[in-house]
Amino acid sequence: MYKFEVAANSFILQNRIDHYSKFIKRLIAVLFVALVPLISFANEAVPVAEDPVLEKRLINLSENLRCLVCQNESLAGSRADFANDLRREMREQMKANKSDEEIIDFLVARYGDFVLYNPPFKTTTLLLWFGPLILFLGATIGLFIYLRRRRTQLEDIPLSESQRLEAEALINKTNKE
Amino acid sequence: MTRFLLPLAIFSVLVVFLGVGLTLNPRQVPSPLVDKPAPVFQLHHLHDPDKTLMSQDNLGKVWLLNVWASWCVACRDEHPLLVQLAKAKIVPIYGLNYKDQRDTAIQWLKQYGDPYTVSIVDSDGKVGIDYGVYGVPETYVIDKQGIIRYKHIGPVTVKSLEDKILPLIKELQG
Repeated sequence: MYKFEVAANSFILQNRIDHYSKFIKRLIAVLFVALVPLISFANEAVPVAEDPVLEKRLINLSENLRCLVCQNESLAGSRADFANDLRREMREQMKANKSDEEIIDFLVARYGDFVLYNPPFKTTTLLLWFGPLILFLGATIGLFIYLRRRRTQLEDIPLSESQRLEAEALINKTNKE
Repeated sequence: MTRFLLPLAIFSVLVVFLGVGLTLNPRQVPSPLVDKPAPVFQLHHLHDPDKTLMSQDNLGKVWLLNVWASWCVACRDEHPLLVQLAKAKIVPIYGLNYKDQRDTAIQWLKQYGDPYTVSIVDSDGKVGIDYGVYGVPETYVIDKQGIIRYKHIGPVTVKSLEDKILPLIKELQG
């Protein structure tokens, strides 16, 4: 009797443990699935700036400036230490109520026109600005000259009398064969 | 014959342009500060933080400003050359210790030798920005009137010393 009770109890207990462990497994699975979006969003940028307006202005301005260390990146996008320093400098100047032009002048005075993605319009950059236009115009003129010359070449040139007779003789000869 | 001359001419011009383009180094950004007065600074000495050096203190002599840091690997390349140059006593070399830790910087100089008349500390890189520093090492030649006459980007080499820097110093010291 006693033995049976123990066996029954242990059976019931085992059953409960199975039940609970299944439940806990499911719970863990559900929790894990629920956490997935949190994990994938954990790396998203958190706005750290105290002043979002200033930060927006900084990004707008630095998007058109070149990072000199990693030259294919803008100052806004670069994670180089150098870009960080320059952004800090720009931030400080913005807080000191400097205008965008003043900040750009500050950077150009130190790093040259090369920091600008939009090169300024001056005598040394004339070729840069007009070079493509000149190439395009040159190519267009060349194309027209070529086309005109080709048209005159394609015009019908009448055969001379002897050429005509020769051609006729050839045709007759092949027809006979 | 003439129908081949024009394409050949265009091709030659292209080759010349591309050839010149290939020999240019995009990392060497010409500094707008050359032939302009060296930006003014007042910075603490590396070895003696109580002392400061002002850029005007060096008026009247030709001097080199060498931007260096203990974390900068390329600085190790040029360093033996600077030590040699300092020993030759041709020109005083001032070190701008750029964004570095004081104790590691001092340790670094102990290990590799100290060519600098004085090393000054630019811990937040602000003076570096004024000088248009964007990569370490960089070396500036500054004349007696305090005007930057030359900027060398990257490690100083024997070739750059012999071809450009030393002749320029000689001329400036004149």
